[in-house]
Amino acid sequence: MKRTALLLAVVLFGCSLAVLAQSGLLINGAGATFPYPIYSKWFDVYHQKNSSINFNYQSLGSGAGIRQIIEGTVDFGATDGPMNDEQLKAFQDKRGTQILHFPTVLGADVPTYNIPGVSASLNFTPEALAGIFLGKITKWNDPAITGPNKGVNLPANDIIVVHRSDGSGTTYIWTDYLSKVSEEWKNKVGKGTSVNWPVGLGAKGNELVSGMVKGTPNSIGYVELIYAAQNNIPYGTVKNSEGSFVKADLASVSAAAAGASKDMPADFRVSITNAPGKTAYPISSFTWLLVPEKIQDAKKRDALKGFVKWMLTEGQGYAEALSYAKLPKEVIARELKVVDSIQ
Amino acid sequence: MATATPTLPSAGPVAGSRSFISKLREGDEIARLVTFLFAASVVLITVLLVYELWINSALPRHKFGLHFFVTEVWDPVMDQFGALPFIYGTVVTSAVALCLAVPLGIGAAIFLAELAPPRVSDTLEFFIDLLAAVPSVIYGVLGVFIVVPLMRQVIYPALNKPFGFLPIFKGPSYGVGFLTAGIVLAIMLIPYIISVSREVLLSVPRDQREAALALGATRWESTWKVVVPFAKTGIMGSVFLALARALGETMAVTMVIGNTPQIAASLFAPGYSIAAVIANEFTEATGELYTQSLIALGLVLFLLTFVLNGLARLLIIVTTQKGSKVRA
Repeated sequence: MKRTALLLAVVLFGCSLAVLAQSGLLINGAGATFPYPIYSKWFDVYHQKNSSINFNYQSLGSGAGIRQIIEGTVDFGATDGPMNDEQLKAFQDKRGTQILHFPTVLGADVPTYNIPGVSASLNFTPEALAGIFLGKITKWNDPAITGPNKGVNLPANDIIVVHRSDGSGTTYIWTDYLSKVSEEWKNKVGKGTSVNWPVGLGAKGNELVSGMVKGTPNSIGYVELIYAAQNNIPYGTVKNSEGSFVKADLASVSAAAAGASKDMPADFRVSITNAPGKTAYPISSFTWLLVPEKIQDAKKRDALKGFVKWMLTEGQGYAEALSYAKLPKEVIARELKVVDSIQ
Repeated sequence: MATATPTLPSAGPVAGSRSFISKLREGDEIARLVTFLFAASVVLITVLLVYELWINSALPRHKFGLHFFVTEVWDPVMDQFGALPFIYGTVVTSAVALCLAVPLGIGAAIFLAELAPPRVSDTLEFFIDLLAAVPSVIYGVLGVFIVVPLMRQVIYPALNKPFGFLPIFKGPSYGVGFLTAGIVLAIMLIPYIISVSREVLLSVPRDQREAALALGATRWESTWKVVVPFAKTGIMGSVFLALARALGETMAVTMVIGNTPQIAASLFAPGYSIAAVIANEFTEATGELYTQSLIALGLVLFLLTFVLNGLARLLIIVTTQKGSKVRA
């Protein structure tokens, strides 16, 4: 009996501790998994600076983030692909206000491959990538691939395409790029977090895509730049819209955002794949926070505004250590103006 | 639940003559109520599950109707959804898995229960229980790093060269595919089949064996002709459990099946299963029709499990009747 009472006391104490830790303001968010490492870093640092503000972020995926912000179950959402017009309308109808998109950091996709006997870094043209993923270019020694890779001895082997099987922002960026550079891809396949792939094998997550490419001779796949960088996975360069072959890195990804910032729409819902700029890496993308324009709860509104402002200024300093490309200055300046419009 | 109620009065005339209060005091009635609630909760959960799946899959039901079952296209961009390749993949991988796991599992169970010394049997049983507790993602990783290369370098050449003329062994191999998924599933199912079958075999009364031996049967004859038929229903139960696990397995399958929604005769071709596509696409699915089509797939999986379980039960009824005829 005594023991039970003791146990009960311990449990109650534990619960009250948990409640204490949750006191103050709790801001709930959900969405994209790709920026989760940097977001959790930001939330942690921001909480240390403002101890009364707690963040609870569930990295459920972009689709779930959009669904939950429309349903109103979270205070903010996060997504790797901007909301489409249909979703904007759904939000307007249900919540009676607009949703604002805030680009936070940048990501990119890189082509990774495994060809026995080939150790050189390959150059890919948009035509070659689209042809391979459409299943029209089937051999590694196709002129479309050998053309920009003079001096590399490419074998006459069949190409095995590997793509993501799980719905993912990485796939969204990849298919968005292919839709821009290939009319046929746009009409036959289109862009999305999951698409109806003309050819290839599906593998779950960056880990298994790169694992399958590593384990399958003559294969090609695409992975998130951060994943490739952190795991030392070799990847090829891609020809950008101005004709130069660019290797993806933090600078070339930021350059893509800077190149695209000139004609960026007011709501920041913009694709920066195939962006202009000599040094721009063409398969880059923003990732966004989704914040309602009108927030009833004044405390939550101030906290969210404060956080977004901090994230755009001081917070950007944490990005590169975690291999995310920073936002270009032009974009930050414009976003800061939009933050003030939150009521 | 329906069978529980009518069996109660048969507990005897004594049970009927006592008053409700005294039964309550003695605990019989309480035990009955509590256990009834537990049993009823199973039915309740099933009904609730089907109800939720049904309600949340209205859109594709109205848009595609029965075509959902026979359409081969799965295109989230164009909003075209069909379940056929996923149904095919689920059935094929489960069938391959059972074909491999049932003879192996039952064979091992017979050895452990009837032929092995008790100490060996108990030690092995410990390892088998350990295997049954391994999370499926571990089997998936094992599949990716061991079975997939083995498939490409050893199994594929061994089967494709001599039997390549058969449609099921035709075509190229990428390492991943129906057969790989079936093999990984079989590895996962074997511990279940062994564990349950061994228990069932061990519970066969001793006098059954002794009677057979007294009639001059050899040890193997008594095992194969007396003990195994006696335990048949229980062994079949272990196969059902295995089948249920195979149909619903998600993680290990998605890691080795290739995740390509297609119908191919070759076992080396990549495919897709229902559970795998739901797990892969649900979190990032945007748009009502897309999300609801995935939920509809869940309902299809439920139906498929129901139908296959029914068929398997039918098979048992048919085979056991045959058996009794032979004995008579």
